[in-house]
Amino acid sequence: MEIAKRLQSLMVGTALLVTGLPSWAVVDSPGGPAVLQLNLQPPVTQIAREIYSLHNLMLYICLVIFLAVFAVMFYSIIKHRKSKGHKSASFHESTTVEIAWTVIPFLIVIGMALPATKTVVSMKDTSNADLTIKATGMQWKWGYDYIKGEGTGVSFLSSMATPREQIVDPTKIKSDNYLLEVDNEIVVPVNKKVRMIVTANDVIHSWSIPAFGVKQDAIPGFVRDAWFKAEKTGVYRGQCSELCGKEHAFMPIVVKVVTDDEYTQWAGAKIKEQAAKADDPNKVWTVDELKQRGAQVYAANCVACHQATGKGVPGAFPALDGSVVVTGPKIEQIKVVLNGRNAMPAWKMLSDTDIAAAITYTRNNWSNKAQENIVQPAEVLAARK
Amino acid sequence: MSTTVIDHAPDHSHDHAHDHPHGWRRWLYATNHKDIGTLYLFFALTMLMVGGVLAMGIRAELFQPGLQLMQPEFFNQLTTMHGLIMIFGAIMPAFVGFANWMIPLQIGASDMAFARMNNFSFWLLPPAAILLVTSFLVPGGASAAGWTMYAPLSTQMGPGMDMAIFAVHIMGASSIMGAINIITTVLNMRAPGMTLMKMPMFCWTWLITAYLLIAVMPVLAGAITMTLTDRHFGTSFFNAAGGGDPVMFQHIFWFFGHPEVYIMILPAFGIISHIIPAFARKPLFGYASMVYATASIAILSFLVSANHWNA
Repeated sequence: MEIAKRLQSLMVGTALLVTGLPSWAVVDSPGGPAVLQLNLQPPVTQIAREIYSLHNLMLYICLVIFLAVFAVMFYSIIKHRKSKGHKSASFHESTTVEIAWTVIPFLIVIGMALPATKTVVSMKDTSNADLTIKATGMQWKWGYDYIKGEGTGVSFLSSMATPREQIVDPTKIKSDNYLLEVDNEIVVPVNKKVRMIVTANDVIHSWSIPAFGVKQDAIPGFVRDAWFKAEKTGVYRGQCSELCGKEHAFMPIVVKVVTDDEYTQWAGAKIKEQAAKADDPNKVWTVDELKQRGAQVYAANCVACHQATGKGVPGAFPALDGSVVVTGPKIEQIKVVLNGRNAMPAWKMLSDTDIAAAITYTRNNWSNKAQENIVQPAEVLAARK
Repeated sequence: MSTTVIDHAPDHSHDHAHDHPHGWRRWLYATNHKDIGTLYLFFALTMLMVGGVLAMGIRAELFQPGLQLMQPEFFNQLTTMHGLIMIFGAIMPAFVGFANWMIPLQIGASDMAFARMNNFSFWLLPPAAILLVTSFLVPGGASAAGWTMYAPLSTQMGPGMDMAIFAVHIMGASSIMGAINIITTVLNMRAPGMTLMKMPMFCWTWLITAYLLIAVMPVLAGAITMTLTDRHFGTSFFNAAGGGDPVMFQHIFWFFGHPEVYIMILPAFGIISHIIPAFARKPLFGYASMVYATASIAILSFLVSANHWNA
């Protein structure tokens, strides 16, 4: 190949490599994997410790078997090769051998199954929990409700906090908790048994925290439970663990384990905050107030598909800028946002005010100047029926 | 050289012109087990390349953290289609190709029992593969629900999912017909004196695999038909709001899925059981035990599908 062509490929390759260089900064992720980590995450609960030991046990058993089998194999291949003139043994069956190499592996299996079963039985025992939290998987965020124990009544949505630019723009530096950070984390007290009730709104998700040794599928229409008792304070992270659509990689789970006092403080503050934020259902909003709030709602929820420019992705997600639905009668747009349509999920889990704000924002933004350009929260509430 | 005069009298024994078609007719109308075996193997090789390209797409995107090359939904389409194409387009047809080539030769039969059905089994595959691969081009793209097509995510997919369902139906029908052919051939057309326990090991493993195929491919067909009706005909098999159960899809799918992985490996066990004795220059050790072990694996495989569930 000519030097000119080689040089060109070399330059293209180098350019691509260099644009990705910022992502090569290598640090231990504070709540996630360490640099060059190969093993499971350090266990923080009794169950996780048992899982870690079981994993080691099985790896050692595999190692012994591996060494034995490969030793025999290499010996046979090397010492009994044709040029050595080795004469093979002439027996082609041996009931003793067959029984031996059935019984011994069977015993090994039993030896692995007994401790494993013990741990599985403990994992299933969710009785006598100090605190019960319901986790609802949605496309593509988690919703948490504290339903029993101290902090009952706390309720919030938890979406990924990593900004979209960090994901798509190779020149942006990625945060230390890239893809593992959320806006509202679950807070639990240390050394208390927490029962997680896991369900879903739409498709199957899965709630998982490796450091706790917890993973439970969230199945729409069904409730399943799991439990953990964290023994160390700190922040622990996990990710949705069942394919749930396009943003499956972008709905992480973060649990902050704090002391009892800190927990009491947090729970109290959260309940007050919720009461304050609860929008007055009788308030009549102005276009500008709604637009301002709507811009935030749009950025947190709509931008992934419809893009910040409102132009969507041709062929996949319709543009909102200039869309018939957005500039036409508002009841149609309210219905689409509440109930979803085709690939667009239902957004009924958002509050009336958030939906009204987002719709008002789209109707007055980009080149849109809809005639019906303001939607009050009360109209969204009416449309839910 | 003497010239052969073709006798147009009713005595067809002299009429050689129709015995060995040439050109495209040789392949389209093939009933010869070696030709059909070759067709399967070339088809499998082509699908291996197609599935491989999809894997390269996955690897290219995963090379660095972040999204550089594609939208997340397209990435999910790649992983789904890579799985479906490799399983139903590459590995299963490849092993059927080996079966077609080797079984008649190894048992001393002149051909497979149902030579024309053999042809149909193969020629169902290219249209099914085209259906599967072109699902990338329809609005919404290919199915992005994973090769295991779990409900209710599969209900949300666009027309690409329906194309995948039809393609899998067709490929399943092809496998079932192939399995019937293999069982009939092995049980009925062995050379005189070849009892089952004298048969080459590869034929044993394929005999057992064929039984597995007949047992479980219809179950997969059931699961994906229920997905199809949930998607388009108002049923709620896997929709809790309608009284159904998403986990039931997992039960039914993995009742197929676990024996499926044995379907994919038992012929390979048979092949290895031929290669090692050939190069070790001695007969297979414990032939009878190997037969019983393979049969036990097949039977036990129906019981362990629970390992794959996620409830």
